[in-house]
Amino acid sequence: MTELKTLRGKVWKLGHNVDTDLIIAARYLNRSEGEYLALHCLEDLIPNLPQKVQQGDILVAGKNFGCGSSREHAPLAIKYAGFSCIIAESYARIFYRNAINIGFPVITAPDAAKSIEGDSIAEVDPKTGKINDISQNITYQGEAFPPFMLEILSSGGFVPYIRKKVNGNA
Amino acid sequence: MGMTITEKILAAHANLQEVSAGELVNAKLDLVLANDITGPIAVKEFEKIGLEKVFDKERVVLIPDHFAPAKDIPSAQQCLDIKRFSQKQELTHYYEVGRNGIEHCFLPEQGLVLPGDIIIGADSHTCTYGGLGAFSTGVGSTDLAVGMAMGEIWFRVPETVKIILKGKPKNPWVTGKDYILAVIGKMGVDGAQYKAMEFTGDAISELSMDGRLTMTNMAIEAGAKNGIIEVDNKTIEYVQTRAKRPWKIYKSDYNAVYNDILEIDVTSLQPQVAFPHLPSNTHDVMDSTHIKIDQAVIGSCTNGRMEDLRVAAEIMKDKKVHSEVRVIVIPGTREIYLQAIKEGLVEIFIESGAVVSTPTCGPCLGGYMGVLAKGEKAISTTNRNFVGRMGHPESEVYLASPAVAAASAILGRIAAPEEVL
Repeated sequence: MTELKTLRGKVWKLGHNVDTDLIIAARYLNRSEGEYLALHCLEDLIPNLPQKVQQGDILVAGKNFGCGSSREHAPLAIKYAGFSCIIAESYARIFYRNAINIGFPVITAPDAAKSIEGDSIAEVDPKTGKINDISQNITYQGEAFPPFMLEILSSGGFVPYIRKKVNGNA
Repeated sequence: MGMTITEKILAAHANLQEVSAGELVNAKLDLVLANDITGPIAVKEFEKIGLEKVFDKERVVLIPDHFAPAKDIPSAQQCLDIKRFSQKQELTHYYEVGRNGIEHCFLPEQGLVLPGDIIIGADSHTCTYGGLGAFSTGVGSTDLAVGMAMGEIWFRVPETVKIILKGKPKNPWVTGKDYILAVIGKMGVDGAQYKAMEFTGDAISELSMDGRLTMTNMAIEAGAKNGIIEVDNKTIEYVQTRAKRPWKIYKSDYNAVYNDILEIDVTSLQPQVAFPHLPSNTHDVMDSTHIKIDQAVIGSCTNGRMEDLRVAAEIMKDKKVHSEVRVIVIPGTREIYLQAIKEGLVEIFIESGAVVSTPTCGPCLGGYMGVLAKGEKAISTTNRNFVGRMGHPESEVYLASPAVAAASAILGRIAAPEEVL
């Protein structure tokens, strides 16, 4: 297990109901490598986004983020594009599970998601759900993960977590 | 305390007397499913777990249907990945192109999913099987990999919203598709987020199995974890000739706890059309007749069943597709395709100027077999109308029933069936 670090990055602000087709269009689903999918992450919403993202940047979105398909390609595209986490008012459930399952923190924090502005700098502690809007100097308390989800995240995803259970502490 | 159908199925599979909403349970799986898009990642993740064999080779179903028959070389590779895995694992239920169909049409038809089951599928429309009284939900590839390995997975027991549909529609063209679009229009695309949608009422009892499967298929478009309909004589009649293993009927208790109850009187409901770019953006068909279309798609896991093709053929018989419109008809499975040939429906479609494709998800997700160009508009019996869903990000998809899609195909604009017949 690795210690979950505090994440810090520039904020990209999105709206409500950002669906999985927008995150990664089906025309790219004939491939499944994260590095490839990242090249087309959110491209129909923000052209050339992958070239602009700095490692560690944070997506802040409205309600029902990731609605639509079960494609795990969606959180993979976001993770490999360089984002460190998502803060949203709420998530579609399959997307939420998929993100945790690939070891990618997705924080539910309605107040923070509404208030934090694009291009500001934010800090997120995935262990506690605490969010710090550095630009406006406001802190928010997002929902903390239940212990087993934290263990999945700190294991690096659901498969490493299960592998440990199956094989002992491999 | 009373339990809902969903709670009872989860409790039984978690070996518990009782569960209630919000509880986390580990539940045994009756069937796990993946396709040529989600399967390859699931296979890779499964191999990382380090187990030789899947939990039960009779209970893992892999179906190439999304970009199959393969649309390009990378898609061919994805199809091959799941085929090779099926061979290596000696899976009973791998179905090659030509012997399969769109997964959510095919599995109920073949009796692979049954009342009382728990099914996970790496496809969001896995919620379809709730129409048979099963607990069935979509997951991603990693959950599917763990499901294939362990034969069980964790769930948060969902709150249930009871949706009562009552009355008999005066408009004879109103179908299950119009019911579910009306429900999503009322609840919104996150109105049932994380929840179970339990559909009940006399309008549901009157609905055919095809119509019920259309409704539960789109529960995900309201954000639901699952949609479910109690088993009745129609379900039993549908299932008993297909099932090859035992199954069980669960009913909600009279004192079950519901998170919310929504009642809709369908008596004066009109055929619905969901405008871009959300399935909740619903309008009556008569308020939509100004929209010109370039393409009509009749098919998909939502509306690719016999009843859907019959109603479309009834409307298109002896008529010509509008000169500026392409019509693509896609029977959901091989069996449906054959039946449509026997009943003369395929001839009606082709005579009218439509193309009839082999079963595939193809155009629904902008894969192939009907991708839209910039600025084109389609009426489609599929389930999503997100930006770029069927092709170019500046194309538009309008969701409707097969009856409305067929009438629109003839008139070249969104049209009500009674305008054509």
